Amino acid sequence: MAGYKPVAIQTYPILGEKITQDTLYWNNYKIHIYGRYSQEPIKTFSRFKDTAYCATFRQDGRLLVAGSEDGGVQLFDISGRAPLRQFEGHTKAVHTVDFTADKYHVVSGADDYTVKLWDIPNSKEILTFKEHSDYVRCGCASKLNPDLFVTGSYDHTVKMFDARTNKSVLSVEHGQPVESVLLFPSGGLLVSSGGRYVKVWDMLKGQLLVSLKNHHKTVTCLCLSSSGQRLLSGSLDRKVKVYSTTSYKVVHSFDYAASILSLALAHEDETIVVGMTNGILSVKHRKSETKKDPLPRRRRPAYRTFIKGKNYMKQRDDILINRPTKKHLELYDRDLKNFRISKALDRVLEPSCVIKTPEVTVSIIKELNRRGVLANALAGRDEKEISRVLNFLIRNLSQPRFAPVLINAAEIIIDIYLPVIGQSPVVDKKFILLQGLVEKEIDYQRELLETLGMMDMLFATMTRQESSSLLEHTSVEFPDKKMTES
Amino acid sequence: MVEEESIRVVHCGGSELNFRRAVFSADSKYIFCVSGDFVKVYSTATEECVHILQGHRNLVTGIQLNPNNHLQLYSCSFDGTIKLWDYLDGILIKTFIVGHKLHALFTLAHAEDSVFVTINKEKPDIFQLVSVKLPKSSSQEVEAKELSFVLDYINQSPKCIAFGNEGEYVAAVRDFYLSVYFFKKKTTSRFTLSSSRNKKHAKNSFTCVACHPKEDCIASGHMDGKIRLWRNFDDDKKYTYTCLHWHHDMVMDLAFSVTGTSLLSGGRECVLVEWRDAAEKNKEFLPRLGSTIEHISVSPAGDLFCTSHSDNKIVVIHRNLDASAVIQGLVKDRSIFTGMMIDPRTKALVLNGKPGHLQFYSLQSDKQLYNLDIIQQEYINDYGLIQIELTKAAFGCYGNWLATVEQRQEKETELELQMKLWMYNKKTQGFVLNTKISMPHDDHITALCFRNAEKSENPTLVTASKDGYFKVWILTDDSDIYKKAVGWTCDFVGSYHKYQATNCCFSEDGSLLAVSFEEIVTIWDSETWELKCTFCQRAGKIRHLCFGRLTCSKYLLGGTEDGILCCWNLLSCALEWSAKLNIRVMESDPYSENIAAVSQSSEGSDLFVFKPSEPRPLYIQKNISREEVQWGVFVPRDVPELFNSEAHQWLNRSQFYFLTKSQSLLTFSTKSPEEKLTPTSKQLLTEESLPTTPFYFILGKHRQQQDEKLNETLENELVQLPLTENIPAVNELLHTPAHVLPSASFLCSMFINSLLLSKETKSAEEIPDDIDMEEEKESDDSGEENDFTEKAQVTNDTGLEEDILHQLSKSEEKELRKLRKVDYSWIAAL
Repeated sequence: MAGYKPVAIQTYPILGEKITQDTLYWNNYKIHIYGRYSQEPIKTFSRFKDTAYCATFRQDGRLLVAGSEDGGVQLFDISGRAPLRQFEGHTKAVHTVDFTADKYHVVSGADDYTVKLWDIPNSKEILTFKEHSDYVRCGCASKLNPDLFVTGSYDHTVKMFDARTNKSVLSVEHGQPVESVLLFPSGGLLVSSGGRYVKVWDMLKGQLLVSLKNHHKTVTCLCLSSSGQRLLSGSLDRKVKVYSTTSYKVVHSFDYAASILSLALAHEDETIVVGMTNGILSVKHRKSETKKDPLPRRRRPAYRTFIKGKNYMKQRDDILINRPTKKHLELYDRDLKNFRISKALDRVLEPSCVIKTPEVTVSIIKELNRRGVLANALAGRDEKEISRVLNFLIRNLSQPRFAPVLINAAEIIIDIYLPVIGQSPVVDKKFILLQGLVEKEIDYQRELLETLGMMDMLFATMTRQESSSLLEHTSVEFPDKKMTES
Repeated sequence: MVEEESIRVVHCGGSELNFRRAVFSADSKYIFCVSGDFVKVYSTATEECVHILQGHRNLVTGIQLNPNNHLQLYSCSFDGTIKLWDYLDGILIKTFIVGHKLHALFTLAHAEDSVFVTINKEKPDIFQLVSVKLPKSSSQEVEAKELSFVLDYINQSPKCIAFGNEGEYVAAVRDFYLSVYFFKKKTTSRFTLSSSRNKKHAKNSFTCVACHPKEDCIASGHMDGKIRLWRNFDDDKKYTYTCLHWHHDMVMDLAFSVTGTSLLSGGRECVLVEWRDAAEKNKEFLPRLGSTIEHISVSPAGDLFCTSHSDNKIVVIHRNLDASAVIQGLVKDRSIFTGMMIDPRTKALVLNGKPGHLQFYSLQSDKQLYNLDIIQQEYINDYGLIQIELTKAAFGCYGNWLATVEQRQEKETELELQMKLWMYNKKTQGFVLNTKISMPHDDHITALCFRNAEKSENPTLVTASKDGYFKVWILTDDSDIYKKAVGWTCDFVGSYHKYQATNCCFSEDGSLLAVSFEEIVTIWDSETWELKCTFCQRAGKIRHLCFGRLTCSKYLLGGTEDGILCCWNLLSCALEWSAKLNIRVMESDPYSENIAAVSQSSEGSDLFVFKPSEPRPLYIQKNISREEVQWGVFVPRDVPELFNSEAHQWLNRSQFYFLTKSQSLLTFSTKSPEEKLTPTSKQLLTEESLPTTPFYFILGKHRQQQDEKLNETLENELVQLPLTENIPAVNELLHTPAHVLPSASFLCSMFINSLLLSKETKSAEEIPDDIDMEEEKESDDSGEENDFTEKAQVTNDTGLEEDILHQLSKSEEKELRKLRKVDYSWIAAL
């Protein structure tokens, strides 16, 4: 006969604010810090009023500085949450920030054409350079000399500044708006990208060494491997190219799904991280170069045993018997199948299920109610178990999509546990919380009804043709019992 | 053109199959079940109905195999007759007229010329078990008036009576009593459940009883789900019983297996439980049988079981608890909410089936085509549980779409509603769920209908609800980057002064939508959804609404609660005519202008067939049914019939079927039901009428070979037999001197004749003996087989040695007989 039919989990659309693409991609005023192998951010800084740019770690990895669309530069401690310092002075978006080699200063470049040098200890502005004639979009501080740094600008120039003087010491013409600059660790070579070109400059002579044209769209970001042997460039043409720094030939290239906006290599070149225009952060790990075991310990069945009979053609008299596919049942379904109702309810009240998929919990409660055993499943619970149920109710009762099912469950719980109320302070507190929630909800409904009444009056006074207002209201009716309990 | 008979109301199939226990034939190839006035013979392998035994004039109440001839079947009926049938040919052999209303029938192997029946004599509630002596007579109809009383004050149901231990006693249960009658001692013992007066055990009354076939053991089922096994009941004091408890609701039926090693029980849980060795811990289950198990029966060969279910279904189950076949009739378990519809594709009748299912029932072949699972949830059958009910369904767009509505209401304010839309998939030849809409309305949906649009147009569905709105749903593109898909969305919501929407209906061309709001009918343009006009008759709420068809498409008909039938003209927006008719069912014929209306009055239901353009009806049939008619539908005919008379013309292209409150499916026909159900008078293949069991393959074949060898040797001997010495004609011819003989031409014919004759007499002598021998062998075979199976199961039986001895003597006897035969022939040869 027919097999067991699993519980149908109803998916409820979440009502309210519509999530559009814009909100998803650009309303992220946050900096996420990811661990090496984590899929989820391990830390988030969200004290930004507008889009954050160019989050940069200090060399020792303990401080973090970031620019912002509103012109602010903020300095964070990695362990803290609130900014340590806020450098106010730029009038437009700050797209580039960096720490100087002595760790005590921060260089920033902004869309107001200025480059500023800040002091971290007393959060003061030390110097301002107003030599660029267009947006400053990239910059890099020298790793050797604490006073030297370079900036690239949309006025096609790359300028090197010395903090000891108050003007640029070197300026080179890139030819296109400069998207990214990079200093070699030795400090002798400078790499700049802009347009489709990547150019390498000799800093001592101030002249062009090599001009690379390997991308067919604007090169947006540059990166150097830790050994200095490889140079990486990412571009809007969705490719990352890897050059050898001795021959300046392309030795490798990566393809990505979308145009690349930023690119970084982790310490020891183990990971390449690429940010793309579709809002996706791609993290690729380098394959570990462990040697394979010359002798596998156990011989697996040969490939031909798996494909044996796969392409066997059915003969005339043969009867084909397919292997029955085993139906996978969820754990709660298995419990329900064997009529272990309390266990099934316990299983869907686990924190992981309650937080991630409350609709599963609600569906199981609904199913138990349909089977007429919800009271049995809810009865006979100790303080800890009942407070778990109550927590779920408190969390989800006010959601209109779950309300009809959960109100019923709440009534049953109150009926069952009314005689023992007052024995456990924890549970009592939960009940009071629930009561407050219900009262709040009733007030809210009343307000809504008032508003609706006012709107009806307004509509009535308006002599327009389409007078049918399709405003729907769900009047949640709570029984008086809940009000009077505890 | 043949002379036309008058139209009459006939039953058309769909009768109950689960009224009584089904009975297996001796070889387990056929299964018999009562079905209204008929007995149906089904094949257990193919689930096909091979014969319908018809002849009873009232409900058949019991069937049993003839214990003396397993190719014959007894049946008893409310018409007071017992009939004996040859089920292989499907012919009636004999009728015994008893005269009383017979409620149940039992047969016993050793009581050769009598059967047992249940009758009620004086009061309507008191039933008696009596034995009826069946007189031996060659005539077709025999009076059997010789009744002898066996047991009094018994339950009417045959489940409450069981014969045990090869007919030594009969056990009957009623309320809290178990009575056992011993045939030999002619005494009755009566046992009362000790706790019957105890309030706590108030629910443990008896429901059914079964007897062990070999031992003195009675199993009884109880209301509280317990099974009691009674032993030592020949002593009023020392009797004992043990309890088996798994069922949580009443035990509906019990059956012992043929050997008595296992007990089968079933109930409302839809689970067949097999108790092995009568032990509580040794049990096997066959779950999810679909609905309440009403009856369980076991085949005499022991290889099959079958369960009859409350949804008019018989499940044939293998010995190893594998369901092997399902014989499904029209499901009539529950009330019909959806009404009757016709699937445009299969022309099958569609209505509520099993819980949560929609059944597709073929009216031509009187069998269920398939069940469509609508609710798709685990069905828990428990008393007092509020189930999800399938309340509405509608087909649209040439059978491409199916819309269903299911609801569950526990309390006044808690209504769960769900609407599902199913698309017909040509590849899988079935309906596939396309869109699920939860809570399409805030209150009950009262009607839904599709627009019967052209193929190019967008499918449109309208639902009307008690919340005062009607909603228009249209099919839209629901594709995304992953797949192309279509889905249904709400297109328009309409209302009229917050009245409840009670009905909705599209005109034939789909251009107009009529929605009734209580007493008012509103007409909407289906292109712009503008309100065109309203009709109001102030004669109660509109109960039925339908547009005229073809030439009458300008008319709109409405039936109200106050018993007024109104016809409005849509062109003049005025009432055309009205009539006083308390309408229960109004259906329009899809192939003509005709509309059938069934009205309800205190005497019964009347049928009116009319055209909207003429207020005079085409045809009236009074009193079609004493009960209330609930649903009706026009079913298009496969082959149009030609009736010339005006009164019959409405039956030309379609037939009107209707369903009464007691769920009997009726129709109008000029033919008698016997003609309608063309009996399949096929000659059934009869083999050796013993099942080919594994034992048969091992032992039977071996024996056959031996027999063949024996026969061969016999034949070799027999070849020498036709000797000429002892034929007088030959002797005469050979020994008479030639000169005294007449001419050779005169003698020739005589000589040859004598030779022929001698041969004939020989074979005539020889053949019957052979047949006898073979028959003996056969019966010996079967006897041995049976013995053998018993031995295999009851190994430490003390009677074993005796059996062997007995058997040896038998075989010795046979050998001796053979020897005798051979000797005789040798002697003859000499």
